[in-house]
Amino acid sequence: MGAALRNPKFWIFGLCLLPLLRLIVLGVGGGLGANPIEFITRSTGTWTLVGLLVTLSVTPLRRLTGHVDLVRYRRMLGLFTFFYASLHFVTYIWLDQFFDPAAIARDIVKRPFITVGFTAFVLLIPLASTSTQAMMRRLGRRWQLLHRLIYPIAVLGIIHYLWLVKKDLTDPLMYGGILVLLLAGRLPWGVALLQATRDRWLPARDRTRRLG
Amino acid sequence: MLNRPPADISPSEITPPEIYRDRRRFMQGMGALAAGVALGAAPDAEAGIKLAGVRDSAYKLDEKNTPYKDVTTYNNFYEFGTGKDDPADRAGSLKTRPWTVAVEGAVRRPQTWDIDALLKLAPLEERVYRMRCVEGWSMVIPWVGFPLNELIRRAEPTGNAKYVEFITLDDPKQMPGQRSRVLDWPYVEGLRLDEAMHPLTLLAVGLYGEVLPNQNGAPIRLVVPWKYGFKSAKSIVKMRFVEKQPTSSWMAALPREYGFYSNVNPQVDHPRWSQAKERRIGEFLKRDTLMFNGYGEQVASLYRGMDLKKFF
Repeated sequence: MGAALRNPKFWIFGLCLLPLLRLIVLGVGGGLGANPIEFITRSTGTWTLVGLLVTLSVTPLRRLTGHVDLVRYRRMLGLFTFFYASLHFVTYIWLDQFFDPAAIARDIVKRPFITVGFTAFVLLIPLASTSTQAMMRRLGRRWQLLHRLIYPIAVLGIIHYLWLVKKDLTDPLMYGGILVLLLAGRLPWGVALLQATRDRWLPARDRTRRLG
Repeated sequence: MLNRPPADISPSEITPPEIYRDRRRFMQGMGALAAGVALGAAPDAEAGIKLAGVRDSAYKLDEKNTPYKDVTTYNNFYEFGTGKDDPADRAGSLKTRPWTVAVEGAVRRPQTWDIDALLKLAPLEERVYRMRCVEGWSMVIPWVGFPLNELIRRAEPTGNAKYVEFITLDDPKQMPGQRSRVLDWPYVEGLRLDEAMHPLTLLAVGLYGEVLPNQNGAPIRLVVPWKYGFKSAKSIVKMRFVEKQPTSSWMAALPREYGFYSNVNPQVDHPRWSQAKERRIGEFLKRDTLMFNGYGEQVASLYRGMDLKKFF
């Protein structure tokens, strides 16, 4: 037990469950407001986006801090993102549309924000299903290529949000801005900038120890 | 559809406004204590006062009223923020007294009405109307008010009055949401004169038999039940009679998405979502949206011969 508590994965797992726990507590206590289905849809959608951005921040953070081992938590973060995306999808299919296949098909074809949201969700499925160690070994180099899909998925997620709001673009633009920064951190000059920042702020000795 | 017996709702199904408000006052009191008193918005002084002499009317529905709590905590009123709970949280800063409503433009008797005089202009009546938001949800609300045509007749529109423009208060000190440019303030809405004269078009000053809460558009607002909710301008300070079709705030903001008429119409989708169905607040399954929000019998004739896909 003690060893489990010392493992950061244990705490990250618990942290990732909090948004779901909050929905359950609010739901039981009647705290989801006048339009609970909208509340759940919004909440699960928001946490999917947050999950995407947190997952995508692992690589830049690693470059910035030199903590190479951060990558060990990325799979869990990615799978939780998929978990909230699935809840979001199920909320739409079940609570919002109540399994009306005609209405859903119409929505996917006719509503651009649903089209891109649905596409993003479908693209997440191969990533989630190839997340195991065995699949990584089996796919080899192609695994990395496949998992680059996360970039278009994140962009689609932001577009999905931008296109669904009625007028106030503040929130989607905020998420979009963060995504732009995270993607820039992967471009050559972004990588250089992150490394220069690290060189400047982390003493060389410390860095060697961490990297060693 | 009209002249039906009163909505068959058992008293136990909704929290009566007085009890709900007592709870809310208690919570607000606790909150104020915690905050060190006097910080934050004071609850509006007028809301919740029983309106005297409210007559019954023929405008009833045999649909359940939406609970008072939902009607007063789930609002679109961007003057107080774009979140649904922003108006209930922040509308305490709106001062509804003193308040005047200017009636001007193409009328023989322009006049600036004091709100208390306006309240006595015509007998107040209760009307239960469906309210359909363009976002795809709906409510059933027992409004208190009088037909707008009572006011229009007293203003005596001239032959040049083809439309009426409704203008909401513009004061960022009272309406903190106006500090953001999410819409061009003041909020402007408009109706064709015959729409404004229609007996269904109501100037509402209350709901659930009581003075209108600030978040619902106090002290006086429009209610046009066959149009999407945003057409019913809130906290009105001016009505202007004009010859040319006014440009409403939503038309100016997103001209491809919001037209002047904005009649509830399940066959004409919003460009980004379907309008075929709606979720009645408090219900699980969506219901079919009705043409003209179920008021077709009364209002369809206003639009005879018009292509409603074009005049959306």
